Amino acid sequence: MEKEILRKELQVSAIENGTVIDHIPSASVFQVIKILNLTEYQDQLLIATNLDSQKMGKKGIIKVSNMFFKSDEINKIALFAPTATLIIIQNFKVVEKKKVEVPDYAENIVKCFNPNCITNNEEISTLFTVIDKKDLKLRCHYCEKITARKNIAFR
Amino acid sequence: MKNKSLVSINDFTREEHIRILELAGAFEKRPKQRILEDYVVATLFFEPSTRTRLSFESAATRLGARVIGFTDSSSSSVTKGESLRDTILTVSNYCDIIVMRHPREGSARFASEVATVPVINAGDGANQHPTQTLLDLYSIRKTQGSLDNLNVAFVGDLKYGRTVHSLVQALCNYNTTFHLVSPLELKLPSAVKMSIKERNLEYTQSTDLQEVISKVDILYMTRIQKERFSDPLDYEKVKNAYVLRNSMLDTAKPNLKILHPLPRVNEITTDVDNNPKAYYFTQALNGVFVRQALLASILGVVE
Repeated sequence: MEKEILRKELQVSAIENGTVIDHIPSASVFQVIKILNLTEYQDQLLIATNLDSQKMGKKGIIKVSNMFFKSDEINKIALFAPTATLIIIQNFKVVEKKKVEVPDYAENIVKCFNPNCITNNEEISTLFTVIDKKDLKLRCHYCEKITARKNIAFR
Repeated sequence: MKNKSLVSINDFTREEHIRILELAGAFEKRPKQRILEDYVVATLFFEPSTRTRLSFESAATRLGARVIGFTDSSSSSVTKGESLRDTILTVSNYCDIIVMRHPREGSARFASEVATVPVINAGDGANQHPTQTLLDLYSIRKTQGSLDNLNVAFVGDLKYGRTVHSLVQALCNYNTTFHLVSPLELKLPSAVKMSIKERNLEYTQSTDLQEVISKVDILYMTRIQKERFSDPLDYEKVKNAYVLRNSMLDTAKPNLKILHPLPRVNEITTDVDNNPKAYYFTQALNGVFVRQALLASILGVVE
C-alpha cells in the first residue's frame, strides 16, 4: 500500500527545494494557484489534478520549487482548500509537514455573496471576519451579511 | 462619543446608548438650543427618505446648525458616474458631520472609513438604521420607565424588516422576553434569533397576534409587503391576520404601548389612533430628540 501511494506521488516529479501543497480538492487547484499568485511564477512549478487519493478520492497537488510561503499567506488557501497539507522540501527530503489553518480574517480574497453589498459595486477591498472556522462562515465587515461555505467565491 | 461614527447599533456600548437616551430626554425638555451655530451638517440621501431626512434636518436646524446636502442621487454627481469614495472625500471638506442614506448595504461603513468627518448612518440598504433603533429604545424607555425585563412583541414582517433586526439585537442587552408573531414565510432570520439564544433569553414564536396582546408591554407592529410573497395566494391568506384593531386591545395591560416605524398602510386600523396606547406618532417625534442628542454628542458640544 505504502509503495503504491509513493508511486502515485511520483507521478509528479520530486522537487529539490521548495513547498509541496498536497491534498487540495481537485476543483480548487487553479484557485489556489491564483490566490498564491503563482500564475506568473518564474521557477519550476508542477501542477496535477484528479490524482487518485485514498483519503479524498481525487486530489490535486502543487509543487513549487524554491518557494517558502509565509504562514499568513499560505493560510489564505484554507478558505478554498481546508484539507490541504504543506510539505517543506529541502534536498529532496521532507523537513516539515503541517496542515493549513483557517485564518481569523480574509482580506480581499473572497467575494461577498450579497449582490447589494457596496464591495460588489465600488472599488473596495473586501474584508471578512471568520466567525465559524469549522463550518466556514464569514461575516462581511461592510454589509454584515454572512457568507457560508457553499457561497464562497474567489474575488 | 466625540468624533465617533455611528454605522451599526453595535458600534455604541450599552452605556453609550443610555447616555444618548438621557441626552435626548434633555433635548425633549428644551428642543431649541443654538449650540451648533458654528457647524455644518451634510445630509446625503442617495435614495429618498422623507421622514428620516426631515427628522435629521429638523434636529440640526433646531440646534442652530446649517444643513447642506441632496435629497436623492439624481441631484448629485452620482449621475455623472462619481464613485461613493470621491463624493464622500469631497463632501468631507464642506461639513463637520455627514448623515448618509444609501441603497447599498455596507455603504455607511465604507463612508465612515473614507470620510475625514464622522458619519451617521441613516440607513444602508437592508442592513442597519441605528438612529431608528435608538429612537425605538427611547420610546420604550420613556413609556415603560426602564428598558429592563420587558415583554416585547414583534409583529408582521420579521424576515426583511431591518428595524426589527436591529431592535431585537439592542434589546438583547436588557433581559427582554421576546414574542415573535409572523406568518411562517416571514419568520425572524436565524442569524438574528441567534443573538436571543446566545443570551439565553426567553422567546415565543407564533402566528397568532391576539394571543400575545395580553402578555406584552410593547407591541411593535410592522407592515407586511405583498411583494415579499412568491405566491400571491399566500399573501391573501395571511394579510388580515396581522392587522391590529381597537377591539383587540381590550385584554391588554394598562402600560401597553403600540409602536410602528411608519409608514403605516393598513396594519393598524385608524380607530386605534385615538387609543392612549397608540404611540407611533409620538415615537416619530422622539426621533428628533434622539438625533439632536447624536449630533450634539458626536460633534463634541455636549458630553
